[in-house]
Amino acid sequence: MAVAVRTLTFREAINEALAQEMERDPKVVLMGEDVAGGAAVPGFEREDAWGGVLGVTKGLVQRFGRERVLDTPISESAFIGAAVGAAATGLRPVAELMFVDFFGVCMDQIFNQGAKLRYMFGGKAAVPMVIRTMIGAGFRAAGQHSGCHYSVFTHMPGLKCVVPSTPADAKGLLAAAIRDDDPVMFFEHKLLYDVQGDVPPGDYVVELGRADVKRAGDRVTVVAIGRMVHLALEAAETVAADGVDVEVVDPRTISPLDEDAILSSVRKTRRLVVVDEDNPRCSMATDIVALVTTQAFDDLDAPPQMVTAPHTPVPFSPPLEDFYVPTTEKIGNAIRATL
Amino acid sequence: MQLSRETALAIYERMALIRAFEERVAKLFADGRIPGFVHLYAGEEAVAVGVCSHLNDSDYITSTHRGHGHCIAKGVPLGEMMAELFGRSGGSCKGKGGSMHIADVSRGMLGANGIVGGGPPLAAGAGLTAKVLGTGAVAVCFFGDGAAEQGTTHEAMNLAAIWKLPVVFVCENNQFAESTPVSYHCAATSIADRAASYNIPGFSVDGYDVIAVYEAAGEAIARARRADGPALIEAKTWRYFGHFEGDQVTYRTAEQTAAYREHDPLTTFAKQAGERGLLTEEDVDSIHQNAEREVDEAIAIAEASPLPAPDEALTDVYVAYR
Repeated sequence: MAVAVRTLTFREAINEALAQEMERDPKVVLMGEDVAGGAAVPGFEREDAWGGVLGVTKGLVQRFGRERVLDTPISESAFIGAAVGAAATGLRPVAELMFVDFFGVCMDQIFNQGAKLRYMFGGKAAVPMVIRTMIGAGFRAAGQHSGCHYSVFTHMPGLKCVVPSTPADAKGLLAAAIRDDDPVMFFEHKLLYDVQGDVPPGDYVVELGRADVKRAGDRVTVVAIGRMVHLALEAAETVAADGVDVEVVDPRTISPLDEDAILSSVRKTRRLVVVDEDNPRCSMATDIVALVTTQAFDDLDAPPQMVTAPHTPVPFSPPLEDFYVPTTEKIGNAIRATL
Repeated sequence: MQLSRETALAIYERMALIRAFEERVAKLFADGRIPGFVHLYAGEEAVAVGVCSHLNDSDYITSTHRGHGHCIAKGVPLGEMMAELFGRSGGSCKGKGGSMHIADVSRGMLGANGIVGGGPPLAAGAGLTAKVLGTGAVAVCFFGDGAAEQGTTHEAMNLAAIWKLPVVFVCENNQFAESTPVSYHCAATSIADRAASYNIPGFSVDGYDVIAVYEAAGEAIARARRADGPALIEAKTWRYFGHFEGDQVTYRTAEQTAAYREHDPLTTFAKQAGERGLLTEEDVDSIHQNAEREVDEAIAIAEASPLPAPDEALTDVYVAYR
């Protein structure tokens, strides 16, 4: 019996994916700072308890119990590492690293343990875990709570990296990430949590490693990641008024990267713009431009353009932060520069 | 604690096997037959064996860069271990891990670890699995006095304590973090006393006395199995070899090591068990002969195992990547 597609927020879609996967597989457990919002304490079973600082996991402890929804101390090394150890021994943990900027305090457990374990053990172990983490500027949260930093993780063999842009993708990709047998970094842009979109009900999985064409066009390919997909779509509308038909490709998974989808779009449009909110050195932007210039150089009619954050930390003051984040206007200019 | 003859034999066999393995690895390494680095466990046998004698295949251990003894005590096949040290395709990790990452997850051995303090959070995770799935398994985390100063160790003990996980933390205090003495690197005079900060029991034992280790570990592991939560054991010990093979050991004296050899854990146990009528001199002789033969066989297995094909380097990064 088909249930109609409903409109959910990005936040609700993630919560729904977590609930559905926990329902489906008793080995799925959640852990992280405030994911149960203090409801781990007996006698504090409040329905309105926090579910993570922005409420993404709200209600799950009441539904699945304290054994499976675990508040943690502010000990990222311990609980990210515990997720690795639990994954290697039979659970499917979903750990929440509150802000990606906090990776500095637990990188050994991600990089030297989680990502390398299977390889170092000759393929005789698997680490089926997900690290959900918040990314992105726009909250005036300054240097240590606003970065994207996903490029850091795409550089690491053993990790998969997912950056959803819509509620439907967030649900389907998170379900796929939880069912995946490798460690997956799942990057959630904090400005997307209230974005609404149609989300299929029930069991809905979006295969990792598959890009999605969010807007079809034949004149310029814009590859945009995460929240930048929305800005790219707006920019596409502004140039459409001038008769420029833009194709917006959303990689969705940046490791593995759907290279074929990007190359086939560029071979059609012969022009490329990459929009990436991360810092520009050794970034997804440079990686995608390198892919296209090495694999499809003869198909290009113009030099590829990159619209990225500058090579700085994220600043605090509103005019500074607004300058930091790519804008629709900058994307539009980059599109025009390829014509 | 009343030891049976069967247990006494098993304990002595394991300790003798570790000793024979490590002494032979030292020679093989000196002869250039083992690539990379090896960190040898000889001298510390009573700790791994005293603890692991209480474990079975469904229990877990995490180990350190000095992991051969933990592997042997946990039952990892010797031939696969030696093949791994030789970098052969038949090794425990198909030649991809080597001495510092030797592992056998099928036997609950979650890996030696090249990162000092890398293991404690993993052990907490293994304990979480046991608790959530209700398997009754216990995770033991071996770490050194060097790792006692890592934040991960403190964080993992706190996490295991608040979640009441079945994890036993075993600090092998061999009194040197590489070349730096514990008296310098540790503000506390007793690492076991740190258990008080996590509200868990702390045991301080002579790591050269396998019966003492066996008794303390028995109590700690039994608590963990009863779901009474974690414990910390500090076993004071001494390694006979350097931090790594090739180390000139300029930070301690030959006299100190000779003094420890006077109380060698194997000879001490043979004497104790002999006095209790549990082991005879004939037992001890035949155990050592068997251990040497098992090491010979392990070397033969390693030598017979082919080197990996170079493009094997590209496999085992992911279960699937596309």
